[in-house]
Amino acid sequence: MKSEVPDKEQAISGIALCKAFRRTSGENIQALEQVSLNIHHGTLAALVGPDGAGKTTLLRMAAGLIAPDSGKLEVLGINVTADPQQIQSRISYMPQKFGLYEDLSVQENLDLYADLHGVTPDAKRLRYAQLMQMTDLGSFANRLAGRLSGGMKQKLGLACTLVRSPELLLLDEPTVGVDPLSRRELWEIILRLVRDENLTVLLSTAYLDEAERCGHVVVLNQGKVLVQGPPGEVTKLANGRVFLVEPPEGQPARNLQAQCFDEPGIADAVPEGGLVRVVLMPGMKASLGSIGCLTAGLDVQPTPARFEDGFMLLLHQQGNKAAPVSPGTVRQTPLADKDRCEIIIEVHDLVKRFGAFTAVDHISFEVCRGEIFGLLGPNGAGKTTTFRMLCGLLAATSGTLRVAGEDLRVARASARQRIGYVAQKFALYGQLSVIENLEFFASAYGLRGRRKRDRIDWALQDFELSELVKLPSGQLPGGYKQRLAMAAALLHEPEILFLDEPTSGADPLARREFWQRITLFAEQGVTVIVTTHFMEEAEYCDRALIQDAGRLLARGTPAEIRLLADSRGGQRPSMEDAFIAIVEKAREKASTLAMGVA
Amino acid sequence: MFESLLRILALTRKEFLVVLKDPRSRISLFVPPIIQCLIFGYAASYDLSNVPYAVLDQDRSFASAQLLSQLDGSGVFLRVGNLSNVKEIEAIIDDKKALLVLQIGQNFERNLLMGLTAPVQLIVDGRNSNTAAIASSYISTEVATFNAQWRAGHGEAKMPVRSITRAWYNPNLESRWFMVPGMIATLTLLQTLILTAMSVAREREHGTFDQLLVTPFSPTEIMVGKALTPITIGLGQATGVLLVAQLWFHIPFAGSFLTLYLCLGIFLFAIIGIGLLVSSISANMQQAMLYSFVLMLPIILLSGFMTPISTMPRGFQYVTLFNPLRHAIRCVQRVFLEGAGIELLIPDLWPMLLIGMVTLPAAAWMFRHRFA
Repeated sequence: MKSEVPDKEQAISGIALCKAFRRTSGENIQALEQVSLNIHHGTLAALVGPDGAGKTTLLRMAAGLIAPDSGKLEVLGINVTADPQQIQSRISYMPQKFGLYEDLSVQENLDLYADLHGVTPDAKRLRYAQLMQMTDLGSFANRLAGRLSGGMKQKLGLACTLVRSPELLLLDEPTVGVDPLSRRELWEIILRLVRDENLTVLLSTAYLDEAERCGHVVVLNQGKVLVQGPPGEVTKLANGRVFLVEPPEGQPARNLQAQCFDEPGIADAVPEGGLVRVVLMPGMKASLGSIGCLTAGLDVQPTPARFEDGFMLLLHQQGNKAAPVSPGTVRQTPLADKDRCEIIIEVHDLVKRFGAFTAVDHISFEVCRGEIFGLLGPNGAGKTTTFRMLCGLLAATSGTLRVAGEDLRVARASARQRIGYVAQKFALYGQLSVIENLEFFASAYGLRGRRKRDRIDWALQDFELSELVKLPSGQLPGGYKQRLAMAAALLHEPEILFLDEPTSGADPLARREFWQRITLFAEQGVTVIVTTHFMEEAEYCDRALIQDAGRLLARGTPAEIRLLADSRGGQRPSMEDAFIAIVEKAREKASTLAMGVA
Repeated sequence: MFESLLRILALTRKEFLVVLKDPRSRISLFVPPIIQCLIFGYAASYDLSNVPYAVLDQDRSFASAQLLSQLDGSGVFLRVGNLSNVKEIEAIIDDKKALLVLQIGQNFERNLLMGLTAPVQLIVDGRNSNTAAIASSYISTEVATFNAQWRAGHGEAKMPVRSITRAWYNPNLESRWFMVPGMIATLTLLQTLILTAMSVAREREHGTFDQLLVTPFSPTEIMVGKALTPITIGLGQATGVLLVAQLWFHIPFAGSFLTLYLCLGIFLFAIIGIGLLVSSISANMQQAMLYSFVLMLPIILLSGFMTPISTMPRGFQYVTLFNPLRHAIRCVQRVFLEGAGIELLIPDLWPMLLIGMVTLPAAAWMFRHRFA
């Protein structure tokens, strides 16, 4: 039995919290429904769940920014509705988009937040030293915040929220859009705060491996708590149900993954280290052989469960599964000969300088038709710059590039008919409705009459946007914005699709659905170039390259890249381990080289 | 070619949707110009009426009473005080109770009857030089009338020279007749310049411009699509102001509407060129807004809308030749009041065309080559 009174001894204690919102289109959204939770002092707790689960609402409520419609919430023993001011003076809250002043330097931002919170000069000096040491921002004190990379911005944001010592720290998706290296650094900071300062931290995250490192996890779905407790509780659900399957000879793991994903007996399937990780639904273990995609005499090995497996199982039981993507959506001629590489993108010795700064440093690579090609790298590695040059949005300083035989920067406008581009940030017209956006881009690509209608119908059907046609696209939920952007870029059936961090900030379900689509496009002969921060997503690629500080560090199939990292104790290194190892090795080499020169 | 037209059409349609979809932005486009026009029509007038004045009449004679009754009867002056002492003058001017004080000396009537010159002193509050000058010129006119009547009444010789003024195109020299047509151009400028300057900057800030650039749109097509919407909206606004001028202020329209709209079209072409150039240079909306305000003030000040160009220093007068608003105001006023035909307006039309023809291609080039 749950108690009816909030527990004063807890850092956060909520009973039966409810909150509803009204969208501008008129419908009511139940953001939180009967949510009860307890978080102990000194705990690192995580809120996980798909988009729209109510994570941000709950965090904002704990920060005293919104009041619950019903229920009781006490933070540090204070009633949130009664005295939000007092709570705010004792906690720190970092929203998803932290308000850094981009035209102020790192130091000035810190000073500003210290002054806003009335930190005394003595306390300030002490705290600054700690924060600088923790975040490694010391050497960038005079750099403008707007010039920092995404990861450094997040670290500065965290430093600004920590200028005074709070008793409770609330972080809303602190690692979104942050590369694996910076993500690891951010986590070290958070863990140290919990360990050394006995700080209570409640954070929301879309990275499930992060949830695994927390002491307490609250799984939310559609405003309701599914499970809460130590992460092991969630992992336990998938115990004995997780298997690694080896795909048939010569077939990419993603094809098997796509097949398995659609099986009703399978809760989750992801490519992993060249194999496919499969999570079975309850009761399916005995009849392993009856599952369609696993019958063909494939090697199936059991493997220990992890948090993500349990989480996906949990969501699947709630009826959340990425809808199967219907085939036959993009009209392209499938490849006649899959083994022969027909080069469609050719980059040779590409350089881009901005003043004294070299963003892209002598990069060469080729992409074959029908390939999924990944561009990986930390924030500020030059991925987006490379992308923009390929799309003809930016002129190269030197080197040559050919996309479908032409340099798009100088080619006729009609050459752009052959590419589709989805930018990192949602870049459609926010005031215009879904249908108005689609109609505009269809006309922009010269579609008209029957064909235009057909393609727009296809987009609405295939991306499940039919019910939202009249909604201004700026008000679409995150996942749907992504879909609309993809739909708009695919209306004209491009041969080549450029996707810049398409899955950044997307929840695990949306990301699986996205990759299913991409796999399908590739099968139909569309070439896909994609950048990503999720290293496990590189497993979906045919080939990938790793870039850092503008230079090319590694290139090849995911298996080849994994091989470049030291295999620790015979274990297959994950893509993320490999990535971190490769980037760190290169950075070390660069710094010893620099020291040698000095 | 046909494909290109369809694309431009699609872009124009999209631009209209972006600007006009929101009811609030629709209102903010068409209501302010009309309200501004009404405010300006009433407030921005150089014509004085009910000018408060005080009198220090030390003569208290028949002649002085006659002069004062003439002033009081003119409808322009309002007597607010009869002073009895020279010392009172300072106070009444300082307190802004009276704009001017007329002092009539002791021997006013005697001097007049003796055929001598009878001086009257006019003390004017010079803190607002413009009003002071206009008010004193009114007094001079009244005094001249008094002189003529006095001479006639006392059998003296007529004034040797007398000027008779007939103002063409604006018989009563009402400044509203001059201001309101000028506003058709000025008010249209205000919003179209900002609207255009924001259009590309907004897309840049939202990231949609990249999305536009990877479609088969050519820079020229983007430019044309982006220009058509503000031109149409500008013409709509001009029509609003024109209606206020005709239906509310009843300012007679002497020329042809076709000529007027042709002039406005050419004017908007130049303004939109400037706006798009500003937009293509700006990195975000804030910059675009700032640049347009920085441009706006000199454009209006050096247009002849507020102060005549002929009184500006010679150097500035040359600068005004590059100001599209200067030419537009002249064109509109001439069509409106004088009924000038297109052939008479050519000296003002070609500079505007030239400004547009330089700025628009420059903007189109900047679309693609900025930061490149």
